[in-house]
Amino acid sequence: MKGERGASAPEARVTLPPEESTLDATALTSLPRGRALLEPHRIALMAVAAGIVFCAAWFMRWDWLPQYAGAIASGVGVTLLMLVSTSLLGFFFAVPIALVQVTGPWWLSLPAQGFCTVIRGTPLLLQLWLLYYGLGSLFPQFPEIRQSFLWPYLREAWPYGVAALTLSFAAYEGEVMRGAFAGVPRGELEAARAYGMSRWKLFWRIWLPRAVHRALPTLNGETVLQLKATPLVATITVIDVYAVISKIRQVTYLTYEPLLLLALIYLILTALLVAAFRYFEKRIPTRSA
Amino acid sequence: MAADMINWSLLALEPPGWGGVLLAGLMNSIKIALGGYSLGLVLGTGGAFGKLYGGPVLRDLMEVYTTVVRAVPELVLILLLYYAGTDLLNRVSAALGYGSVDISGLAAGIFVIGVVQGAYSTEVLRGAILAVPAGQIEAARAFGMSPLMIMRRVTLPAMLPHALPGLSNLWLICTKDTALLAVVGFSELTLVTRQAAGTTKAYMLFFCAAGVLYLLLTLVSSLIIRVIEARARRGWAAR
Repeated sequence: MKGERGASAPEARVTLPPEESTLDATALTSLPRGRALLEPHRIALMAVAAGIVFCAAWFMRWDWLPQYAGAIASGVGVTLLMLVSTSLLGFFFAVPIALVQVTGPWWLSLPAQGFCTVIRGTPLLLQLWLLYYGLGSLFPQFPEIRQSFLWPYLREAWPYGVAALTLSFAAYEGEVMRGAFAGVPRGELEAARAYGMSRWKLFWRIWLPRAVHRALPTLNGETVLQLKATPLVATITVIDVYAVISKIRQVTYLTYEPLLLLALIYLILTALLVAAFRYFEKRIPTRSA
Repeated sequence: MAADMINWSLLALEPPGWGGVLLAGLMNSIKIALGGYSLGLVLGTGGAFGKLYGGPVLRDLMEVYTTVVRAVPELVLILLLYYAGTDLLNRVSAALGYGSVDISGLAAGIFVIGVVQGAYSTEVLRGAILAVPAGQIEAARAFGMSPLMIMRRVTLPAMLPHALPGLSNLWLICTKDTALLAVVGFSELTLVTRQAAGTTKAYMLFFCAAGVLYLLLTLVSSLIIRVIEARARRGWAAR
């Protein structure tokens, strides 16, 4: 009975590739290779780029930089903390959400599907404001919440930012993991069962690792998208790097310089993220060279 | 108690209620999404052909464009393009002697979303064009068609079914990206919702109502997309 459901699931549900190709189109998932940089036209282009960078450094105002370097560094820290915590938390939620959609009963899989549809169908900014302004205005009306130990945290902004980003990541990643769980070859699961593994052991040793392995390239893209979503928390007064730069722009009346620096910071963070994922992908042994 | 807390009359279409304002905001969002998506498709088609058939310099410039847009948050790009775009236009018009021009929020929004979407659709369309069997394009070349005619008669129609899933995802992303224009003060659905909620203090009600509107937009779009995909694939063998 159980095996039959597992058998029918993969064929019916592995229709994910277009989604993944869009993911590649919206998030940077690969880095340029160093060797190709030495072609003649690239050297000329790089000279032009160096000239532009020199002009930007020479003619634009950067005297504010030393004064705010510490604030920017702490802002980058907050951004990274947001990214890592919400990605990990979101992934923990995504696994059960995906699992119940693949093998769960209808009264679990239907709400999970609904959750994914609603979160993926509305803008993250709206969800963030719904949580921060909506729940934030609702909570003080309940004395039980005001007296609880959670209240000092609920008055801050960051829990709402973490909650919104986590829910969003869980929904998008749940969709990815659903395809990954369904795509693990049935024979591997049967082999594990034939060895007498219990359901938990089968899940921890075979199903989850294989699914994560399959989903790793997609996970890379989703994490980059999550990094690109973090500046939204600045709209609810969390002081991430985007908020720091906005503050600098207000104080110094500079339009472009802080924004260009911000773009550069995000470019570097994305590159680091992609490089880290590539390192992990390489560590997993695969048969296909 | 909960039923009494919800004041449904706030959603009425007439002025004491805010329903009309929300719907106007939704219309603005849809306008920007349609305009930005179309501009993105034009840029994306050019970008994809540039990346595939252009010279080495053009290819690298396209690569820089798509890399930067895919690595930098939309919010930052929107701010950069918004200020840089309006500033540049003002300077050009001042240099031509027209004085400073007032750029409508709608045009600025469409431009900003279009440039971002252009990079995304470049990648989607490039993949779709690569999925067209090379023999078909070679055959068109062998018949002596000009590059433009090849594009119009062979490449574009043949790649469309491959591109549709990606392009329809981009449309859904586009409708949601319009919400980011709230940050630069354009009165689309998310911003008017916040204004309505701030004025009436009925935060939950208005944000949920806006969420329903966005969800409806997504679901209706998905239905239309399904019809279009079925039509584009009518020549494919059933799988």
